[in-house]
Amino acid sequence: MAKIPKIALIGNPNAGKSSLFNTLTGLRQKTGNFPGVTMDKLTGFWELGPKNEVEILDLPGIYSIYPKSIDEELVINILGNPAHPDYPDMAIVVADASNLKRNLLLFSQVRDLGIPTVLALNMIDVAENEGYVINSIKLARELSVEVAEVNAKKGIGVNGLKLAVQKTLDNRFASNDGLPLPVSEELINDIQVAFGDVDPYRCLLWLMEHDRMKMFTKVQCADLDKIMVKHDFEPKKYKSAETVKRYEFLTEVVDRCVINLNRQWDAPPVKTWTDRLDKLFLHPVGGYLFFLAILFVMFQAVFTWATYPMDAIDAGVALLNDWLKGILPESTLRGLLTDGLIAGIGGVLIFIPQIAFLFFFISMLEETGYMSRVMFIMDKLMRRFGLNGKSVVPLLSSVACAVPAIMSTRSIGSRKDRLITILVTPLMSCSARLPIYTVLIALVVPEKNTLFGLFNLQGLVLFILYLLGFFMALFSAYMMKLILKAKEKSYFIMELPTYKGPRFKHVSYTILNNVKAFVFEAGKVIVAISIILWVLASYGPGNSMEDATNRIKTQNPNLTGVELSNKIAGEKLENSYAGHFGKFIEPAIRPLGYDWKIGIALITSFAAREVFVGTMSTIYSLGGEIDNENATIKNRMRAEINPQTGKPMYDMALGFSLLIFYAFAMQCMSTLATTYRETKSWKYPLIQFGYMTALAYLSAFLVYQVLS
Amino acid sequence: MRTVADLGIGEHGFIAGFTDEKLSLKLLEMGCLPGTEVILTHHAPFGDPIAIKVSGYTLSMRKEEAATILINSI
Repeated sequence: MAKIPKIALIGNPNAGKSSLFNTLTGLRQKTGNFPGVTMDKLTGFWELGPKNEVEILDLPGIYSIYPKSIDEELVINILGNPAHPDYPDMAIVVADASNLKRNLLLFSQVRDLGIPTVLALNMIDVAENEGYVINSIKLARELSVEVAEVNAKKGIGVNGLKLAVQKTLDNRFASNDGLPLPVSEELINDIQVAFGDVDPYRCLLWLMEHDRMKMFTKVQCADLDKIMVKHDFEPKKYKSAETVKRYEFLTEVVDRCVINLNRQWDAPPVKTWTDRLDKLFLHPVGGYLFFLAILFVMFQAVFTWATYPMDAIDAGVALLNDWLKGILPESTLRGLLTDGLIAGIGGVLIFIPQIAFLFFFISMLEETGYMSRVMFIMDKLMRRFGLNGKSVVPLLSSVACAVPAIMSTRSIGSRKDRLITILVTPLMSCSARLPIYTVLIALVVPEKNTLFGLFNLQGLVLFILYLLGFFMALFSAYMMKLILKAKEKSYFIMELPTYKGPRFKHVSYTILNNVKAFVFEAGKVIVAISIILWVLASYGPGNSMEDATNRIKTQNPNLTGVELSNKIAGEKLENSYAGHFGKFIEPAIRPLGYDWKIGIALITSFAAREVFVGTMSTIYSLGGEIDNENATIKNRMRAEINPQTGKPMYDMALGFSLLIFYAFAMQCMSTLATTYRETKSWKYPLIQFGYMTALAYLSAFLVYQVLS
Repeated sequence: MRTVADLGIGEHGFIAGFTDEKLSLKLLEMGCLPGTEVILTHHAPFGDPIAIKVSGYTLSMRKEEAATILINSI
């Protein structure tokens, strides 16, 4: 079978690239990783005709091929390197027709690299509303490429695009003009002799951007530097002059191909919806109030709406466990299946409603264009704390999960701002903390309505915990701002896109892809840890398990039935491997109010904090009062008695101490691994782990000592 | 010479040049070409950053960045 042709989808941010990608590929998308980088790679399949499939690669939105931040580097690493496994056979450049000149800049650069290119003109309806009529046939002739008019959102013009792509794939014609600005022939010759006979513009790209390209070795980089010095070549000057030159050419092209109806009538500019909405959203007072209101609705909604499916999943898993325990004969295998495996899987599934809701809100804010307004009004505030308006997106996304949040810091141009954002992002309460918060709040905060019965007291405490995480992140960022040295100045030049109605298809794909990634990525870890934990809690060193059974039997000769087996189970847990671990760290956590059982949960939580609830249910189902009729984790923990005081174990002081500990502690291997990959050094994950653990321990200590 | 940072809301000018070489490439690529008209449309709360309309779309930048864009008043 012939190899499936690869097509790279390229375009300015907000030009409709993602819409077109979704329209062309539908649900036939897959996410993966680019080799060597953690960036999510989104590909999909598109059927040009019967038995004629192409693979489409969605690249990050860029304004030019010269990268300004780490996420933009990816594009030249693929387009600049023909040996790259993702190097495309051709490219589709999506252009916003209402802003043609700027969009054509990128197009002309891609074409000059020698890649066969199709131009997809999107948003023609917007351009026409603004009074611009585009002659796309003439445009195609002027640029000597295939041009297809599409409406990516409505899926119009796909057949025309198919024809254009098929034609371009057949003749593989790259209509590059050579160099936009002439340079000396010896310079190009020197590069071609040393690195291969490629298009002159590609030579210059290699020369100017070799530091950002992974294809070059250190020796090769030094060689390119030497060529640069030999010919007295200044990349910055060349890039600026090139850009101006390209615009000169494109201005002429656009003048010949676009008719501006406004010019003839000289009508006053119309007030658009975007102008009106910006009046409200960018208002000095109203803007902040609106943003706060959105946040508040988001949390209140996530807490109340998500609890119904969550309770159902929780109860369903408990029901399934009880049913299995009823029909299967008592054995080690049954224990592993019910208390180990199913309890672990339940701990994964219970997250799905909350992750889905959080990604729904975040992608809605991104989709509508409101997110960039948030960056705009927050920049000055965030800058005081050593952050950047763009840090708002990672901070907000880490409410769902810190891993994609840390990856989204790539769009922050300044290294110092980016580093600080990465280090403090995990302090924001992620969705993995939510089940812990939910269980503990339900245990220690009464279910009451406050504020005229509008809000639930438990919901309010939850909101405060989120705020606490946010303010701790700001405080830590401020401290780091004082310590870290800046090498370059940060900048904040970005586009404020026009407001758009959300594309619900796109929102649902985002939710689906993220939930899938969570269930399969995080799920693996959680299930593995649950099983290991079950083994550690069911077996002990030497004969300790049998000894425990015999000890209880001789100490309590009169006990029988359920009471006896509970006592034995408790004694067994205490003498198991897990019990020994918990006991080992008990002296260190005693000042925070924790006993060895919580100690076990803390140890397992260091791999992934979401394991806490699963661990608790494993521990208490093995060692506590087994109440088959209502065996949810909440009830098991509520029934736990503090052996020293005789009162319930989970009182106010312990509850809040645990809440604060989990709010601040760095308990996520995946986040640390992501920090390592993103900073390319072990130093920063270690700093992150160290300062957050210290913060968690001290805060929990203070809370427990004050409240008890 | 005046810069974009000196504009009040609703005021406009024509881009004459740039004073920062590194920023100028980014600005050029985003459509701030010499001779193009810029209109200041919004100040963020506390006066910084600002939003300008240029080449038919809205661009946000900090005041210190706006101060690198020289303008000719009409």
